[in-house]
Amino acid sequence: MARDEFEAERTTYNFVGTRPDRPDGIDKVTGRARFGADMTAPGMLHAVILRSPHAHAKIVKIDTSKAEAAPGVKAIVTRADFADGLDGENWNILENVMAGDTALYDGHAVCALAATSMLEARDAAKLVEIEYERIPHVTDVDKAMAPGAPVIREGADDGSVPAGMHPNVVRYHESGHGDVEAGFAKADLVLEETFKTEATHQGYIEPHACLGHMGTDGKGELWCCTQGHWNVQKVCAALLGTETSALRVTASEIGGGFGGKTAVFIEPVALALSRKANRPVKLVMPRADVFRATGPTSPASMDIKIGMTKDGTITAAKGVFRLSGGAFPEAPMEFSAMCAFACYDLENVLQMGYDVMSNRPKQAAYRAPGAPMAAFAVESVLDEMCNQLGLDPLEVRLKNAAKTGSKASYGPRFDQIGLVETLEAAINHPHYKAPLAEGQGRGVACGFWFNHGGETSVSLMLSEDGTAQIAVGTPDIGGSRASMALMAAEVLGIPYENIRCVIADTSSLGYNEISHGSRVTYASGLATIKAAKDAVNRMCQRAAAKWGIDPDAVYWEDGYAKPSGPNAGEFDPMHITEITANMGATGGPINGHFEATPEGAGVSFGTHIVDAEVDPETGHTKILRYTVVQDAGKAVHPTYVEGQYQGGAVQGIGWALNEEYIYGEDGSLQNALFLDYRVPVASDLPMIDTVIVEVPNPGHPFGVRGVGETGIVPPLAAIANAVSNAAGVRMRQLPASPPRILAALKDRDAG
Amino acid sequence: MQFHSPTSFAEAAKLAADAEGITRFLAGGTDVLVQLRADAVTPDTLIDIKQISGTHDITRRADGGWDLGVAVTGAEMTEHPDLSTDWPGLVEGMDLIGSTQIQGRATLTGNLCNGSPAADGVPGMVTAGVTVTVTGPDGDRVMPVEDIPAGPGRTTLAKGEVISAVHIPPRGAYGGDAYLRFIPRTEMDIAVVGCSVSLRRDGDVITEARVCLGAVAPTVVLVEDAAKALIGSALDEAALDALAAAAEAACNPINDKRGTIEFRTEVAGVLAKRAAKIAYDRAGGAK
Repeated sequence: MARDEFEAERTTYNFVGTRPDRPDGIDKVTGRARFGADMTAPGMLHAVILRSPHAHAKIVKIDTSKAEAAPGVKAIVTRADFADGLDGENWNILENVMAGDTALYDGHAVCALAATSMLEARDAAKLVEIEYERIPHVTDVDKAMAPGAPVIREGADDGSVPAGMHPNVVRYHESGHGDVEAGFAKADLVLEETFKTEATHQGYIEPHACLGHMGTDGKGELWCCTQGHWNVQKVCAALLGTETSALRVTASEIGGGFGGKTAVFIEPVALALSRKANRPVKLVMPRADVFRATGPTSPASMDIKIGMTKDGTITAAKGVFRLSGGAFPEAPMEFSAMCAFACYDLENVLQMGYDVMSNRPKQAAYRAPGAPMAAFAVESVLDEMCNQLGLDPLEVRLKNAAKTGSKASYGPRFDQIGLVETLEAAINHPHYKAPLAEGQGRGVACGFWFNHGGETSVSLMLSEDGTAQIAVGTPDIGGSRASMALMAAEVLGIPYENIRCVIADTSSLGYNEISHGSRVTYASGLATIKAAKDAVNRMCQRAAAKWGIDPDAVYWEDGYAKPSGPNAGEFDPMHITEITANMGATGGPINGHFEATPEGAGVSFGTHIVDAEVDPETGHTKILRYTVVQDAGKAVHPTYVEGQYQGGAVQGIGWALNEEYIYGEDGSLQNALFLDYRVPVASDLPMIDTVIVEVPNPGHPFGVRGVGETGIVPPLAAIANAVSNAAGVRMRQLPASPPRILAALKDRDAG
Repeated sequence: MQFHSPTSFAEAAKLAADAEGITRFLAGGTDVLVQLRADAVTPDTLIDIKQISGTHDITRRADGGWDLGVAVTGAEMTEHPDLSTDWPGLVEGMDLIGSTQIQGRATLTGNLCNGSPAADGVPGMVTAGVTVTVTGPDGDRVMPVEDIPAGPGRTTLAKGEVISAVHIPPRGAYGGDAYLRFIPRTEMDIAVVGCSVSLRRDGDVITEARVCLGAVAPTVVLVEDAAKALIGSALDEAALDALAAAAEAACNPINDKRGTIEFRTEVAGVLAKRAAKIAYDRAGGAK
C-alpha cells in the first residue's frame, strides 16, 4: 500500500465522534433481545443449587436419596461429579462453584439438582438432607488477620507474605520509590488516618443465567450471560474434564456485568447436570443467590499517611491496604496499592497491600477493582489537609498532578496522559464556582485506572451489496457494537447503518479475552480497524487487478478505490459495491481479519466535583449536583462515553452512601435482596453532568482510551469529601449511611 | 395447596376455620405472593377474597366518614378525588408503599394483616381512629386498628377470622393528619422509622391529637404521652420538644440491617416534630 492514512494520528473523522442510534436499541425495547434466561431448548430441565446456610461448616453428609425419588428429578450433582486433580485458579473456581468438604461462606454451593419443571426442582431441593458441623467463622478483614482468627485455608500463603503474619494473609505487595521518611521530615503538615469500606455488589439487574447441553461424549453447547465466553469455555472444560474445543459457548445479551460477569459460577453446574441427565439444563440464579454467592468487591481497611508543605506540595505519601477477597486468595490489593497515589508526581511514595481470606463469597471484579476504595482513603486525607492548610483542593491536585513523563507511583513513566487537562476543565467548570448554601458541602477527587489490552481477534466480512459484518469476541457491555461499526465505517467509508457487528461464539473466531479492563473499544476497536484495513487492502488489490496496475498504486478513500496519482494511470474511482458485487469472480469472498495482544492501552484519569446536602437531624444525604470530567483519548460514540461516566458516578454514589454487605453475628448475609441492598434509585440522583476531555492515546490508531472503569474511581472520595464538608465531620468509613453520619455528628458534639 | 375464591366473607371465614396448616388470605398479594415465591411462607390454603362483592368500593357514609373494601388498592385511594382531602396523612402513608406497579395491587388491609411494624399504611390508620369489621365463625365484630397487630408477622385475629371492611371516621372541621417515614433513599424502601400525627385545632390551639410510630417496636405504637404533649398547645417549641421526648421514650427498637437503636430513637423524635407541623398546617387549611 502506497498510502496508509491510518498509521498516522488522525485528527478529522467522518463517523467517529458522531452519535448514531444504538444498533441493539429496538431489540431491547421490543423484547426481541435474548438475555441469559431467554434461551430454551426442547426437553429442557430446570436446575436449583442448594447453598450452605452457614458461614463456615464441615459438610458431614449429603443424603440425596429422597430427592432422587421425587417426581421429575433427573439428575443430582455434588463435588464428586466434577474433575479432580485441578490446581491453581481452576481449583479455586471449582472450590467456589461446588464446595468440597467445607462450606466456606453463607451461600456456598453444596449440591444441585435438575427436574422437569422449576416447581419440581424446588420441591425436590427441600428433600436433600445435608448435615453440617459448624466451625468458627470470620467476615471482617481486620479481624481475619488478627491473632486467633479461624484459619480459612492452611498453607495458602504464596510465599510473598512477611513472616509472623496470620495464615489468612496469603499475598503481600509492596511498591514505590524514594524515601518516605525523609519526605515526611520535609513536610509542614503530616496527616495519618485509617479508613474502611464495605463490600459492594456490582448490582447488575440481570441475574446469572445459562442453558447448557452436554452429552455423555463430553461434547457440549452452552448459552450464557457472560462478559467473556472464551473464558467460560476454558474454565468449564477444565472443571468438567473435557477438551476446550468440545464445548461451544455463545454469549447472550447482557443485562449488566460491571466486572461481575467475568467470573464463572453456574455454567459448569448446568453442564454437569446436563451430562448426567443427557438433557439440556437451564439454570437461572435467584436474586438472593446472586448477592450471596457471586462476587462482590473486597471490603477494605486502609492507613494513609501524607506529608505536605504549606504551599500544597506533597513531600511523601504512604499507604497500607488490607483487602479480603472472601474465602479465596485473590483480593485486588495490589491494584489498590498501585492506583492509590498514581494521580500524583511524587518524589517519595510507598504502598503496601495485604490479601486476607475470610468467610465471604469469592470476590469478583467490579469496575477498576481495588481502585475506588484506595482513592477514597487518599483523596480524603488530601481534602482534610487542604482544609487545614486553607488551600484550594483542585489547585493542590493540579500542583502535584502526574504529567506526561512523570514516574508513576507504581513504577513506569507515563506516556501521553490527560490528568492536568481534566483538572483544568474542572477548575474552569461553572459547577466549581457555583455558590453553596448552609448545610451543603462540595467535594472533589481525582482517580486513575490502568486500562488493558488483552488477546483479541476480529473478522470483518463484506457482502455482495457492499455492506459489512463484523464478528467480535468481546460481549457488548457498554455499546461496543456501535463503536466497532463507527470505527469500521471510518475505515471502509460506508455508512454506519450498513455495518452489523455481532458477538461471535467460541467456534467462530479465535480466542478473545473477557470484556474487562476497559479494553473493548481499545483492543477490539484496534482489531476492527486493522481487520477493516485488511479488507480494504484486498479491495485495492481487486481494483488494481482490474485496472492492470500495481496494488501499491491504489489507495482507498471514502468507500472508493482510487489510483494513487497520474503515474498510476487514469481510472475512475471504483466504489466498494462495484468491487463486492463481482468478488466471487475476481478472487473470491473478501474478508478482513486481525488478531493480536495489543499492549498500548492508555491509562486514564478523571476528576469529579460533587455537591451534597446533609440533614443534620437524620443524617440523610442528598446529592445536589455532580460533574464528571474524564479523559477518553478519543470518544468514538460520545453518548456511550457519557453513559459510562454517568454510570460510574451513580454506582459510586451507591457505594459511598448506602450500598454494603451486612453480615450478622452468625456470619450470614443480612441483606441479600435489592430491598435492603440499597442501590440508588432514579429519584435519588441529580442529572450527572459530563465533560469529555480528549488527550489521544498514542497506542490506538484513533487515540482511544478505555472509559469504562475510571469513572467509578473518584466518586467514593468526592462524595465522602462533599458529605464531610457539608456535615462538618470527617467520614472515614463507607458507606456514609444516615446512622453513621448521625453517630459521627453526636460524637463530634460530645467532643 | 388449596386455592379458594369465595363469594362472601362468611364463606371465606368458614373455609379458613375448616382449613388445616397454614392459611393465607389473598387480596393484592404483594406480601403473600412474594413470601410464597421466596419459600418464606408456603400456605396450605389460599383464599382469594377480592372476588367478594363490595371489596373494591370506596363509599362515603352519611356521617361523612368512609368505608373501604378490603381489596381497594393504594392507587385507587390516591386517585380518589375526596378521600385524600379528608385524610391526606392516611393516604400518603399508603401511597409510599412500593412502586407504581405495587400500588396497583397493594391494599391497606393487607398492609395491616402482614403484621410488619414498619408498615407505612398502618400508623395513619391508627391516628385516624380507623376501625375494621372482623368476620369470623361467630359473625362480625368491630375492632380498632391498633388492636390487630400482635408482633412482627403476627395479628390478634383468631383462626377463621378475616377483616371484611375498613371504616374511617368523619374528618370533621379543622382536622389534619400527616405521615412521614425515614428511608435512606427517596423511594422503594422500607421505613426505618415511621410517624403519623393526626390532630384537630380550635384556632391556634390543638384540641385533639393522636401520634403513632412505626418500625420502633414489635408493633406500631400509639403514643398517648406524645398526644398529651400536643393537646392544649399551639405547637410551640416547648410542645414540640415534649412531643419528641415522648416519641423517643415510646421507642423500643432493635439494631438491624436498616438502623440502630440510637438512630431509630433519635429520628422518631425528629419525625414526630416534622409530622406534627405538617398536620397542624393542614388542620389550619393548608394544602
